Amino acid sequence: MKHIISVLVENKFGTLNRVAAMFSARGFNLESISIGETEDTEISRMTIVTRGDDRIVSQVLKQLNRLVDTIKVTDLTHQPHVERELLLMSLKLSAASQREIFELINVFKGKVVDIKQKSITIEVIGSPDKINTAIDLFRPFGIRELARSGAVAIHRGEN
Amino acid sequence: MHTNGEKLNGSEIFFESLRRENVEYIFGYPGGALLKVYETLHDVEDIKHILVRHEQGATHMAEGYARATGKPGVVLVTSGPGATNTVTGIANAYMDSSPMVVFTGQVPSTLIGNDAFQEADIVGITRPITKHNFLVKDVRELASTIRKAFYLATNGRPGPVLVDMPKDVLNAICTFEWPESVEIRGFKPTIKCHANQVQKAARMIAKAKRPLLYVGGGIITSGAAEELRKLAIEQQIPVTMTLNGLGAFPGDHPLSMGMLGMHGTYWANQAINACDLLIAVGARFDDRVTGKVDTFATQAYKIHNDIDPTNVDKNIKVDLPVVGDSKDFLASVLEALPEAKEDHGAWLELIEGWRKQCPMDYTVEPDSLKTEFVIDEVSKKTKGHAVVITDVGQHQMWTAQYYKFTEPRSIITSGGLGTMGYGLPACIGAAFGVTDRPVILFTGDGGLMMNIQELVTAVHNKLPVKIFLINNSYLGMVRQWQELFHQEKYTFTDLEASNPDFVKVAEAFGCKALRADNPESALKAIDEALAYNDGPILVDFRVIRKDMVFPMVPAGASISDMLLARLNPKTMV
Repeated sequence: MKHIISVLVENKFGTLNRVAAMFSARGFNLESISIGETEDTEISRMTIVTRGDDRIVSQVLKQLNRLVDTIKVTDLTHQPHVERELLLMSLKLSAASQREIFELINVFKGKVVDIKQKSITIEVIGSPDKINTAIDLFRPFGIRELARSGAVAIHRGEN
Repeated sequence: MHTNGEKLNGSEIFFESLRRENVEYIFGYPGGALLKVYETLHDVEDIKHILVRHEQGATHMAEGYARATGKPGVVLVTSGPGATNTVTGIANAYMDSSPMVVFTGQVPSTLIGNDAFQEADIVGITRPITKHNFLVKDVRELASTIRKAFYLATNGRPGPVLVDMPKDVLNAICTFEWPESVEIRGFKPTIKCHANQVQKAARMIAKAKRPLLYVGGGIITSGAAEELRKLAIEQQIPVTMTLNGLGAFPGDHPLSMGMLGMHGTYWANQAINACDLLIAVGARFDDRVTGKVDTFATQAYKIHNDIDPTNVDKNIKVDLPVVGDSKDFLASVLEALPEAKEDHGAWLELIEGWRKQCPMDYTVEPDSLKTEFVIDEVSKKTKGHAVVITDVGQHQMWTAQYYKFTEPRSIITSGGLGTMGYGLPACIGAAFGVTDRPVILFTGDGGLMMNIQELVTAVHNKLPVKIFLINNSYLGMVRQWQELFHQEKYTFTDLEASNPDFVKVAEAFGCKALRADNPESALKAIDEALAYNDGPILVDFRVIRKDMVFPMVPAGASISDMLLARLNPKTMV
């Protein structure tokens, strides 16, 4: 099954490579990986989406922990968490499709970030599932280019 | 000797840091990026630099030294090709968990990434085969990085650490500060075993009818041989060892079952599949040990102690994982065990039956020489007390089967990576670390050639190593598989037409050399070699060319289905 893993790592050069190389060396699935600085500039947070049975995911977590540059590894899958991904997508635009496209943008609470005579660039934010659905539904209009950020995730706050 | 607060250049900081880490020997080779270091070395007297003839040799020497002494081995090589030549040795140390710190010179930091002369991204290249590695970009971080490198190499599960040092960093000057302590927030190995898990393990041990200890290199690394001996003898639990675990328990003790796995003893492998409790300590269920995993120890409740949590449930699912240092585990279990003991008499008798059914023995003919005989005689003559180094292949398995290791840190062999060419340099490294026991190498004619240049290092340093060359003029283990499983197509394994005269080769290097081709001349040569201490001595044992190592578990078979002899290769027992 799909797992979403949050990893705090040392904000040093080569850390991303160490993590990615470990996944490929051990033959683990790596669906997406995203990384950015945290409130502490010495620490970055990586969000990793992977797939595997319990035995494999348990190995993934242990192998992540074993890297010297990882500080904390958390499997968020079964914990209350918020998960978001950003989609930037440029679509073909025509007089005929314009209305439908704008309706769909509303459905996904997306935004228009750029518009030209024959193209429109939109952003959609949501869970990876929602992003998948959005891509499926926009596809008939003609996708010119798209970029996904990969998921980022965080624990839900406490009361 | 320098003090904190002194202004030093990078090279002086390098040596002062090694001094603080109590480094005795550096195995190295100079080069462009290291010129400043070798300039500084000119006036360093307390740390001895051993000049090798190939950087791969340096890494195996460092590992041989580390495994013989328990102290980290140190390597110093230049950038580019010097660095890339260390890759096999680093990978070897990584697979066998040997503590090692490799220092590589690097092109000046301003040139990094420019495809400069003798530039290689050695940090990138060695990331998957080091426990961790560093590129030092600022001379002010050199001392603390070296401190961290030694800390990482030797704590938790040991392993190789690489420190890449650009030329300008080695020239730059700063105030020397040796850090009092090391704090690495991402590295906190579990040493102490969880008390509840230990209690559970003790309860299982106390009530087991057919318990079996399966132990590996973790016993040697953690210095747990005494605790293991106590547990096995007090509870009357038989012990089987992995290749790198040999010596953890005395091989001449009745409870010792020798090695298990692909070329293990018949009785050890039968016992694995018959035991009701398997206590794995400091071992990692390697595929050469388990054979087919689905049939491995299926009747047993499995306890697994290892310091590296990734080893738990990696190859074999266990019932009771206990993460922590093996010495702590065994000591805690001993404490937790009740006074009353199960009687394991029937179990030990069952094992004895298997032992009698398929004993490890061989026949001696007056006109030909068997490797088993050579190793067995060396074992007897040294009373199992030597430090024995091997290369990789048939002679390695025969050594494991016939040399009766009686104490820890006695076998130094490439278990995980299976590196041909490991033996000679590893034995040289071991000889620098150990001077009160004979240091003996069993090697093959294939493996010896792979790093034969290091014979110079042995001769030049007058090391009294015994190089016992098991010469069948074949890549014997590959030949064995070709005969058994590859339609007897002996492609590129027959070396007879191309091998040199090894006695002459040795003599050209200035090494004393003998030859033996029958039991009588072999005994004479062994005696002469063991008595000779003025430098290295090589004995070219011309053994029976096509002998094979048995028993053997064919790849992918259950470990109790062993091939016992070549005459009937289709018969499974």
